[in-house]
Amino acid sequence: MTASGSPASTGSAAVPHLDIDPFDMNFFADPYPTHQRLREAGPVVYLDKWNVYGVARYAEVHAVLNDPATFCSSRGVGLSDFKKETPWRPPSLILEADPPAHTRTRAVLSKVLSPTVMKQVRDRFAAAAEERVNALLDKRSFDAITDLAEAYPLSIFPDALGLKAEGREHLIPYASVVFNAFGPPNQLRQEAIARSTPHQAYVAEQCQRDNLAPGGFGACIHARVDAGEITATEAPLLVRSLLSAGLDTTVNGIGAAVYCLARFPDQWQRLRADLTLARNAFEEAVRFESPVQTFFRTTTREVELSGATIGEGEKVLMFLAAANRDPRRWDEPDSYDITRRTSGHVGFGSGIHMCVGQLVARLEGEVMLTALARRIAKIEITGEPKRRFNNTLRGLDSLPVTITPA
Amino acid sequence: MPAITFIHPDGKSERVETADGESAMQAATRLGLDGILAECGGNAMCATCHVYVDESWLARLPGMADDEDALLDGTASERLPNSRLSCQIKITPGLDGLVVKLPERQV
Ligand code: HEM
Ligand code: FES
Repeated sequence: MTASGSPASTGSAAVPHLDIDPFDMNFFADPYPTHQRLREAGPVVYLDKWNVYGVARYAEVHAVLNDPATFCSSRGVGLSDFKKETPWRPPSLILEADPPAHTRTRAVLSKVLSPTVMKQVRDRFAAAAEERVNALLDKRSFDAITDLAEAYPLSIFPDALGLKAEGREHLIPYASVVFNAFGPPNQLRQEAIARSTPHQAYVAEQCQRDNLAPGGFGACIHARVDAGEITATEAPLLVRSLLSAGLDTTVNGIGAAVYCLARFPDQWQRLRADLTLARNAFEEAVRFESPVQTFFRTTTREVELSGATIGEGEKVLMFLAAANRDPRRWDEPDSYDITRRTSGHVGFGSGIHMCVGQLVARLEGEVMLTALARRIAKIEITGEPKRRFNNTLRGLDSLPVTITPA
Repeated sequence: MPAITFIHPDGKSERVETADGESAMQAATRLGLDGILAECGGNAMCATCHVYVDESWLARLPGMADDEDALLDGTASERLPNSRLSCQIKITPGLDGLVVKLPERQV
């Protein structure tokens, strides 16, 4: 596989055109057969429904992620091309930016969410996980999405950011708008944006320095203004990135892990027998379910990718979830194996934009799974799981379970 | 191609042939070596590719950037004067024979 600057020198292979809509409800309900079709059709495909190129094999997804000069983010990481359309909100200074602008803002968030900072919040995150599990043991039967996957991050992340107590109910709806908005102008996106005004107003307000408690991630971002690393107008937008990407993603990540461990009791027993597997059990759930399913890039020049010629200014849709189950890269890709060597999966992306909040996500996942496995012998699914539909995020709306104490 | 040696905490050593332009971390993960986790894939974010560089090689390594220095303060095993992040050590012909020790833990 190559990405070179000399198009068609060897005669460009025909790119297969597919009639797949990867933002359709039927697709969301069961994406796996379609993922396979996308992978098998060729290394690069074209989706006529939205006039975009697509890559679903691991090698090409990895190649696109790791060539940001050719496959840029500043024209938007959703379907909308910021060069042709006005973005629905001011673009992100990190996610929707290219080097050198990206390098500077990325350095700031990397520092705010560094391993050293994780050491400082670890005990607090772990204690909150224990507390949550205590509450669940009192209930025995509960909804693993609302009462666990949502309740836990909500009990720590807004505080870690330093948000005020009032108005937090806007956080998940705001994130849901953000992730729907990366999709095409379908009903999910249009309705989400139409309802977004109050959520946007809340978020804009909370990103201001005065509204963020000292010591939190938000205040730490603003402190970089004093150090001259970012400007006072940039800081609120960087806080916004954490509000957009830091909560709903981990809700779906923890939800994915619990759903996996409830469906595969042998893996649950392995985890109970060795709690040091908790971090990898979470990581494997991120590979297996890929809570963030897709992102786009835009080509900055004509490029040849695995024999296909893609012109300048084209949108390329990366199927992270399909790459994470590509049999060319993974042994038994469709099995959830908590001892798998997961490194290299693209559930958090890869390259310069690879999730800057990955340590927060892993910390939450690890301490939550550790607390669950220590105290609970069995998790049984007691009702039909309901899916939540979003153009980018994959997860459940409800998962009724009953637990047996250890 | 230059080869480097990883020494496990139990004393067992593994010699690894590197490929062109690879970092020590990339060589280790490509071969599935235990003891290098590299959660962030070489983005200088996670500090789970921590190694202790053999004293005799220390001065020959490329210098340490500020972000690596800051990250090393967050390693799971104690930071020592010869601590480095293996994803930041690009293997050049001059590093043929490099010896690094693996820490007890990466997380
Ligand atoms: C399981 C949970 C999570 C998943 C699956 C996830 C996934 C991702 C992915 C795939 C990207 C790459 C985007 C791209 O390449 O265009 C990304 C970037 C990002 N994530 Fe996460 N994320 C998670 C949790 C978090 C958390 C907890 C935070 C904040 C505390 C966060 C903040 C960000 C930011 C700011 C970026 C942009 C980084 C950049 O462009 O350099 N994420 N995430
Ligand atoms: S691989 Fe993450 S810091 Fe080296």
